[in-house]
Amino acid sequence: MTAVTLLAVERIKLFSTRSPWWCIGLAAAIMVGFGALFTALSGGADFPLTVGTTQVGYGFALNVILVMSAIAITTEYRTGTIRATFMAVPNRTVALLAKAGTVGLVSGLVGEVIAFAAYGVGRLIKPNADLALDAAAEWRYVSGVGLIFALSAVIAISVGALVRHTAGAIAILLVWIMLVESLVGIIPRAGDDIQRWLPWVHANHFLTEGNGEAAGEGSGFGLQMPFGPWGALVYFAAFTAAMLGLAIAAVERRDA
Amino acid sequence: MIEARGLTKRYGRTVAVDNLSFTVEPGRVTGFLGPNGAGKSTTMRLVLGLDRPDGGQVLIGGKHYRELRRPLLTVGALLDAKWVHPNRSARSHLWWLARSNGLPARRVDEVLDIVGLAGVANKRAGGFSLGMAQRLGIAGALLGDPQVLMFDEPVNGLDPEGIVWIRRFMQNLAGEGRTVFVSSHLLSEMSQTAEHLVVIGRGRLIAQCTTQEFVERASESAVRVRGRGLERLHAALVEAGRAPRADGGALIVPGVTTDEVGELAARHEVVLHELTAQRGSLEEAFMQLTSDDVEFHAGPVVAAAPAAAGTGR
Repeated sequence: MTAVTLLAVERIKLFSTRSPWWCIGLAAAIMVGFGALFTALSGGADFPLTVGTTQVGYGFALNVILVMSAIAITTEYRTGTIRATFMAVPNRTVALLAKAGTVGLVSGLVGEVIAFAAYGVGRLIKPNADLALDAAAEWRYVSGVGLIFALSAVIAISVGALVRHTAGAIAILLVWIMLVESLVGIIPRAGDDIQRWLPWVHANHFLTEGNGEAAGEGSGFGLQMPFGPWGALVYFAAFTAAMLGLAIAAVERRDA
Repeated sequence: MIEARGLTKRYGRTVAVDNLSFTVEPGRVTGFLGPNGAGKSTTMRLVLGLDRPDGGQVLIGGKHYRELRRPLLTVGALLDAKWVHPNRSARSHLWWLARSNGLPARRVDEVLDIVGLAGVANKRAGGFSLGMAQRLGIAGALLGDPQVLMFDEPVNGLDPEGIVWIRRFMQNLAGEGRTVFVSSHLLSEMSQTAEHLVVIGRGRLIAQCTTQEFVERASESAVRVRGRGLERLHAALVEAGRAPRADGGALIVPGVTTDEVGELAARHEVVLHELTAQRGSLEEAFMQLTSDDVEFHAGPVVAAAPAAAGTGR
């Protein structure tokens, strides 16, 4: 069984059900729709229009990708197909890596395509605005969305494999990314110190650094971040690898 | 060939499989018999490497399941017909299985033909009846044309036609020289399907023998006799070394033929009103055997075992 075969198997599994198609469509609509809306209504001193404005939908689209990725593994547990998977591929580490690889790759591709689509639509809406990708930070923002989607998808797969329950996994992921990561900062004194080490704060920092405060939440909630943008990406990737490692260890140890 | 040696599996304090050893030989259907919750499904999960044993091991053709590089070519198993994504079509389900073990796409259509699902290949599996789902599960087991096949309660919920189909099907597979291991909680079903039996109760081995042996051992044959002057017959039977016992107005004589009792009755001028050969019901005998096991060995560990019923999914 080669890696290519197992990636193909996971691709067949992913796209032979309907939910990934819906999720990808929804992510695209959100990303392009929000970008178009914000781009159309921005401009002037109060609402500066930047490359980042076209990408404002990325956080919402990311949530949809997290849901898609978590479901890709939790439905296997719900329906029992995970046992069919382990019967066909008894090496569970390899099986889980194949799934993480496939869903990560698909999510990355989707992120890349819809980020540039949102950017393109922004250019069409405001052809006269300065939306050229002439700064490195602007390139990083638009082309980095796919990377963050890919890594986030792997985290979602890992959480799904650990929790083995659709509602539980989705609740954990969404509460974590939407509430915990943004609200931890309000803890007196310690809040900032905790927040600057949270994974998606780093993902956000990687994308938005150098794109001005108008670009989404600004550079990681206006925190003093420990690393530069590329360091933040490495940190986020390391976190992803750790989560995947935990998930593999649990899946290898547990009865299916 | 499947070989289990000292297989043990605990779930918390419950012992689901207890030091179980058995061998399943190729070329015949071997029934895996035991009441619900006896540990049949757990044992099959251990064979397939889905659960990890707490003790002992089980080998398929001398190898652990997890060591098999393309397992579907060695072992085909149907443990639960519902282990299919309900929104995936039958063909997609089989296609990813086939692909994972390097099997060609045409093999999917072949097995769909074998089980008679070719007409609904593109329908979602969630809409299948239980019988169709079982057939889809069997199709999955056949994909790799394996030498070892395992089916967990395959006739559950099937109509008579489906039951006959599966029975013949398994016998054909065994006739081709394959190892066929099939579980059931119904002795009457197994007595029609399996040549050989592995019988377990409460996770322990009760018997491993041919089905005929088990049935004979399990079901006592006796003669029931009724008539005038039974006292004389009773005395004659005792004299002949038999052990008749009274049953209402009749005598039950184990281990004799009606010929023998009839001859004796004539010699002692007993007028007979009834002379019938009796065979205890298989199910009764089976229950007796498995409950004996409980009575004999009910130690503190086994006392906690009723919860094991939950493992018989």
